[in-house]
Amino acid sequence: MDAFTTPLLTGTATGAILLLAALGLTLTFGQMGVINMAHGEFLMAGAYATYLTQQVVTNTDVSIVIAVPVAFLVAGGLGLLLEFFVISRMYHRPLDTLLVTVGVGLVLQQLARDLFGAQGDPVVAPGWLDHQIDVFGYNWPFRQIFTILLALAGLAALAALLKYSSFGRQIRATVQNRDLAETLGVTTRRVDRMTFFVGSGLAGVGGVALALISGTNPTLGTGYIIPAFLVVVAGGLGNLTGTVLAAWTVGVVTAFCTDWINGSMAQVITFALVVVFLQVRPQGLFTVRTRGLV
Amino acid sequence: MNPRRTRRCAGVALTASMALVLSACGGTKTDSASGASGASASGSSCVNVSGNTIKLGFLNSTSGAMAISEQTVRDSLLLAADEINAAGGILGKKIEPIKEDGASDPPVFAEKMQKLLTQDCVAAVFGGWTSASRKAMLPVVEGNNGLLFYPVQYEGLEASKNIYYTGATTNQQIIPAMDFLKSKGVKTLFLAGSDYVFPRTANKIIKAYAATLDIKIVGEEYVPLDRDDWSAQVAKIVAAKPDFVFNTINGSSNVGFIKAYYEQGLTAATTPIVSVSIAEEEAPAMGVDLTGQYASWNYFQTVASPTNTKFVAAFKAKYGPNRPTSDPMEAAYTSLYLYKNIVEKAKSFAVKDVNAASGGVTFDAPEGTVTINGENHHIAKTSLIGQINANDLFDVVARSGAPIEPDPFLKGYSWWKP
Amino acid sequence: MRATPSREVLRSWSPLAGIAVFAVLLLVVAPAVLSPFRLDNLAKYSCWAMAAVGIGLAWGRGGMLVLGQGVFFGLGGYVMAMHLKLESAGAGQVPDFMALYGDGTMPLWWEPFRSSAFTLFAIVALPVLIASVLGYAIFKRRVKGAYFAILTQALAVAFATLLVATIQQTGGFNGLNNFSSFFGYNLYDPTNKRMLYTIAASLLVAMLLVVFQLRRSRFGELLVACRDGEERVRFLGHDPANVKLFAFVVAAVMASIGGAMYAPIVGIISPTDVGAPASLLLIAGVALGGRASLLGPALGAMAVGYGRSTLSESFPTQWTYFLGALFIVVILLIPAGLSSVLPRLWAPLRGRVGPARRLRESGATA
Repeated sequence: MDAFTTPLLTGTATGAILLLAALGLTLTFGQMGVINMAHGEFLMAGAYATYLTQQVVTNTDVSIVIAVPVAFLVAGGLGLLLEFFVISRMYHRPLDTLLVTVGVGLVLQQLARDLFGAQGDPVVAPGWLDHQIDVFGYNWPFRQIFTILLALAGLAALAALLKYSSFGRQIRATVQNRDLAETLGVTTRRVDRMTFFVGSGLAGVGGVALALISGTNPTLGTGYIIPAFLVVVAGGLGNLTGTVLAAWTVGVVTAFCTDWINGSMAQVITFALVVVFLQVRPQGLFTVRTRGLV
Repeated sequence: MNPRRTRRCAGVALTASMALVLSACGGTKTDSASGASGASASGSSCVNVSGNTIKLGFLNSTSGAMAISEQTVRDSLLLAADEINAAGGILGKKIEPIKEDGASDPPVFAEKMQKLLTQDCVAAVFGGWTSASRKAMLPVVEGNNGLLFYPVQYEGLEASKNIYYTGATTNQQIIPAMDFLKSKGVKTLFLAGSDYVFPRTANKIIKAYAATLDIKIVGEEYVPLDRDDWSAQVAKIVAAKPDFVFNTINGSSNVGFIKAYYEQGLTAATTPIVSVSIAEEEAPAMGVDLTGQYASWNYFQTVASPTNTKFVAAFKAKYGPNRPTSDPMEAAYTSLYLYKNIVEKAKSFAVKDVNAASGGVTFDAPEGTVTINGENHHIAKTSLIGQINANDLFDVVARSGAPIEPDPFLKGYSWWKP
Repeated sequence: MRATPSREVLRSWSPLAGIAVFAVLLLVVAPAVLSPFRLDNLAKYSCWAMAAVGIGLAWGRGGMLVLGQGVFFGLGGYVMAMHLKLESAGAGQVPDFMALYGDGTMPLWWEPFRSSAFTLFAIVALPVLIASVLGYAIFKRRVKGAYFAILTQALAVAFATLLVATIQQTGGFNGLNNFSSFFGYNLYDPTNKRMLYTIAASLLVAMLLVVFQLRRSRFGELLVACRDGEERVRFLGHDPANVKLFAFVVAAVMASIGGAMYAPIVGIISPTDVGAPASLLLIAGVALGGRASLLGPALGAMAVGYGRSTLSESFPTQWTYFLGALFIVVILLIPAGLSSVLPRLWAPLRGRVGPARRLRESGATA
């Protein structure tokens, strides 16, 4: 039984990390059509925010909880700066945005290296995460459960925000018809900025979960950016249900392939499967009808 | 545009390009033996030994992913150079270090090695860390008949006349670690490594040796170097319940492994780890208490020897009290002193004189006395097993009696069939 | 401002003069003034420039942001490296690393690469095959823009990971290295190094000529049309997929040839030359030089290579900042690259290049 539950549960946890990385992208890429390659570095910034929080609040039981909003604000703030100084100037040039943000990502990585050193800093897991529960022979660590809960919380918050808040309605209005939204009194520039803030902040929350897996290091985010983009595209651009399903599938498939073959080939196979899937269904799992996307 | 003219233009372009390619073929076809010696003659002649300084190349990555490790090697090379210069230099010549960045990228190492040997005309190069960087430098250093001193433990199975290996080869690190496991009564062992040359080769040796020691390998897992999530692999360790884990993971991936290991309830008391890549630098960066875990090296900061006391004090004086000293740093420090001793024995900086004189040259290194093997250019080293204490330093718990003669091809081990 | 026919002809042929100057600099001046080491470096930059010329065609003219050209660069590089490895091993022998990491047996698919003729054929045929299959699926499905970019980058990541994972067949992370000769020529003989340089430089010039020709052909016009208005091209009765596919395949072949020369010149090909960062470095060069111009991509790639060598010598840690800043500044402020800045400085003096033409030439709208 544990030959089945172990990959399923570890894969779900991996999928949760991917989901946290991808949730922000469904906003910035899916809703706004902006390809932000520095999104991985926002994950990294969230991880460093967690580390710094632990330096200030030394009680690790509390600091990890404080780190979640701190990481959200740090990464969100970086996103806001990026939107204001760079992306706002190039909404009509999506491919160029992609390349500029590659440059921003490189600068952020080197900045982290110069500020914190390349070795990476330790992030200590709180005592209350230091347990396991037995699930059909697999000692399921609390950290993985915490990661999954964090991802679900982020998902719920985002869904609620989009659906029920007036800000969410403004986002959807802006995405569907910018000019009409503008005439109805929506300040679309402000909506763009806030959307980017929330999307980037969600990456910061993902960084908290990542820090618990591997501590911090300057290249922490680079391995997640492409899978996260693939998840967003495969899920159907801007569709939350699709993104969740795609993230979970990618996580679990990788875990099973790791179990059956090995870790490296699992990555290759998962990538290949997603690429093939996108050939068959370029619009992703679910399609939302949005206007103004390229 | 007129299609016929298009075709004609294409014809012109292609003819022109073909002519260019044909004109390019002006090479000389020589058999490789005479070609290599011809190149080597021109390579060694450009080293200038007439002045009162001698140029040495320090080629380490000071940018990119390996910078954190290689910078420590650079620091201890510069410390050794300062000390040697203060004491009068090599053959009365002051060392003039030419510093180059390998950028953690093997082709860059090859390019910089070429530059150091043919542009800067250095007498010898010190550096490299990953096997990939050494493999990239090897043809360049051989082709130009230069000298490289490589300071990191590695997977063996190599012995170039142009390289001196001052880190451990497998029979000075892996095999002693296995002997230690046997002495602890280990019956089952799990192998965890990065998907990389060193772990693959090391595990091949471990498996062959384990068979003769009656130790059962109950699992073997590899994860790509840039991946940090070890949850799925550690779950397999939990299921396999081995007596010990042999860890050959490189670099920052260790953090992910150690975290997953502790979060799934494994500890030094239940399933201890013996590592060959976790040293004084890495241990504090894990974010968990590693007390009780083991590592196999040839040097620890805690080694009790007068030279080591001096080395540690000098290093901390130069770079700050919080900087630890580790095995590769010590091997780099030792390599410069070994070079000094060889050159002063040969009374020459020429590569052929250095190679002729190197056999049997010794140095009282911080790790203990080391001796160069003139046959394979490795050095005889004492192997140590350390156990991590509460200060993230290692207490030596086992050591080989005498320095172990290097045997990179494991010729002296009957169980090894390459 | 209506150009007279003769002026039109003059303008259409003037790039050829640029290529000629470039060829003279590369083939005559450089070997005469540069030291063997610098010439060796220039040979390496030429390999990247070959890939860049292809990117210029696909991205600058065709609007396809190919973020994974490392795949094709690596394909050519590994094919050549396999041959060189077998050549070093000798007839009937197995490359050294297979005995070290594996069980000493050679996979069957290595066997054909013993033949020089097959190797040269494969350097061109493999990228054609793979780019065609891939491109057909992608373009027929009308995948474009950002999706295409991300998909190609994902391929580069997957390919690099695959190489690392297949250590017994491809040398893994270390890649393939330690070659002794190149089709019988000793690789460490200075004369032969110069020959390798000349071949690489000549191939680069030849590729520029090919692209020059493609740009002024009907295909070149259609390609730009696809970039600027794919739907309109479709309504006019052409299939944009075929046009883009051809450009994609040409770019792949150029990258593959560049890679094939890179392996003997540098002496190593490894997954780091193939993955996402390597692919992005190629893009950086093209963006710097001017994506839609003829010489810009090649010069840009060479400049980035040169910057990497020399800047990292003097400012090792600042290199990453510099590269990052290059992406930001160039794309944000001068999207058409340096080659657009020079004529702009020139234009007020001559008053010839109108703004409309500049915009069209820049490809910045893609």
